[in-house]
Amino acid sequence: MSAISDAPARRPSPLRVFTGPRMRKFMRHRLAMLGLIMIVGLTLTCFFGPYLLPYDELYIDLRARFSPPLTENHILGTDPLGRDIAARLFSAGQISLTVGFTAMVLSTLIGTVIGLVAGYFGGWTRTGLMRIVDAFLSFPSIFLMLTLAAFLQPSPTMITLIIAVTSWMEVARIVEAEVRGQASRDFTAAARMIGAPHWWIMLREILPNVTGPIIVAATLTVARAILLEAYISFLGYGIQPPLPSWGNMLNNAQQYLESAPWLAIVPGVAITMAVTSFNFIGDGLRDALDARSVK
Amino acid sequence: MLRFLLNRVLQGAVLILIVSMIGFFVINLAPGGPLSQYAMTPGMSQADLDRIAAQMGLDRPLPVQYLDWLGNMLIGDWGNSYRDQSPVLDVVWRHMWATLLLMGTSTVISVALGTLVGVLGALKRYSIFDYMATVGAMIALSIPTFWFGLVAIFIFALELGWLPAGSMYTVGDQSLGDYLIHLIMPSIVLALVNVAIWSRYMRAATLDVIDQDYVRTAKAKGLPHLRVVSAHIVRNALIPMITLAGLQLPTIIGGALVTETVFTWPGLGRLFIDSLGYNDYPVIMGLLMFSAILTVIGNFLADVGVALADPRIRLG
Repeated sequence: MSAISDAPARRPSPLRVFTGPRMRKFMRHRLAMLGLIMIVGLTLTCFFGPYLLPYDELYIDLRARFSPPLTENHILGTDPLGRDIAARLFSAGQISLTVGFTAMVLSTLIGTVIGLVAGYFGGWTRTGLMRIVDAFLSFPSIFLMLTLAAFLQPSPTMITLIIAVTSWMEVARIVEAEVRGQASRDFTAAARMIGAPHWWIMLREILPNVTGPIIVAATLTVARAILLEAYISFLGYGIQPPLPSWGNMLNNAQQYLESAPWLAIVPGVAITMAVTSFNFIGDGLRDALDARSVK
Repeated sequence: MLRFLLNRVLQGAVLILIVSMIGFFVINLAPGGPLSQYAMTPGMSQADLDRIAAQMGLDRPLPVQYLDWLGNMLIGDWGNSYRDQSPVLDVVWRHMWATLLLMGTSTVISVALGTLVGVLGALKRYSIFDYMATVGAMIALSIPTFWFGLVAIFIFALELGWLPAGSMYTVGDQSLGDYLIHLIMPSIVLALVNVAIWSRYMRAATLDVIDQDYVRTAKAKGLPHLRVVSAHIVRNALIPMITLAGLQLPTIIGGALVTETVFTWPGLGRLFIDSLGYNDYPVIMGLLMFSAILTVIGNFLADVGVALADPRIRLG
């Protein structure tokens, strides 16, 4: 093992995909830069904005119900209980972004492990695992997700888990396809010859070579996870009030569409902005990191 | 061919079985249980609840209940709705047509529009149109369907008053024109995401065939441009799209669920949401099964369709 443990000192960092020409290519991608600026701005606003507002998201002011945007201190207006929409939007953003990000980390982890194992071992292991992936992919997951969310305790943690277990398949497929090519290469054979264990070869020899596609898939998964949380919460089975999320802010908006349209417009714009940003960034990353991408 | 059929039927059966197990055990193990609806009725004692449980067979162990349910399902008895005691298959059947109408119309729109945008984008690659279509598709994929529906209702129903805000027909006026007017907004809203996906894939598929030898031959023998595009490029580019149509089915069903909720469309999606609210276990299970079966059939038809359209592909 000593020969192996000496090696990492000269080993290029797995994050080398972020340096050199690839990084420059990414920086030149205008949409990706726009996405990056939008999402950083949105995140900073959601996490630091509340300190600048005179109201918190739970403060109820019944005299100021249904104030349209720009009334007194309510920049974005108030909701049917007179709560400040800007304050609710920011703290909802904290929850929605956190749920989306955490669900991405979890599903990327599940997908990477399954893809690595399936691609590395091949044979029956691959057939079995990839059949499971196909089964999950071919199912209208929103039905299953709603059933799970409706019958389990719908806390933010539970919603995150439900989204994660229904969105790992894409990553698994990508990783499996990448790893399959790597498993038979010379450096893998060399590592096996000097007696490296399977897990070591998978994590230290193969995984660093497939980080690019994983990062692309992970970015797009955040977009998907934010959308899914919004769907479940909109239908009333996601994040539960009084805790706000972008999805459940839209939950009651439909009945006030005529009298208070800002209730529906404001959170929807936030969701669309966040999801668009991640999709733009993902597109830029794919152009920069994926050598085979056809454009 | 026979092997292919057997293989697919077996795979489909396993998928449906897995879905049924997950669904059945999740809803039955959750706190509350099927009787929580009755437990809220005033004057209902524990003895009454126990009697109802015994009558409905809910006092037996879960695996026994599951096998019982599975056996009945296979012979066409999907249980009765807790809400009005009508058989689940009848309830599903009643709501199915509205959903199929919505999904069908929306699919026709998205295939037509997606093909057009995708082919034009590929033919005029890197043009302003192509760029706009690419960015437009990415934004369309980022807009939540239900929010797009809300905005559409706000603009076209409430502000402009051109279209009805929801439901499938006006009570008292159930003419064909009335149905069509109610169909416009939901089907376009549901189509948005699919136009985006379809046009992206169609663009890639067109780029794949555009440099093929047979396209060059067609051009060289002096065929008019339009004929080269329609008969040689588009026709061949459409073949992989058949598979995509099968794969997109779960997305369309899921989208229909949300669209139906926003537009109070009396289809399966609304039925599902209502049934979740009522803890109507048999209907929830029935709809889970129905969507799984529909997906399996859709994927199967897509595979057969590809084989029929492309003589190079053999099923096996």
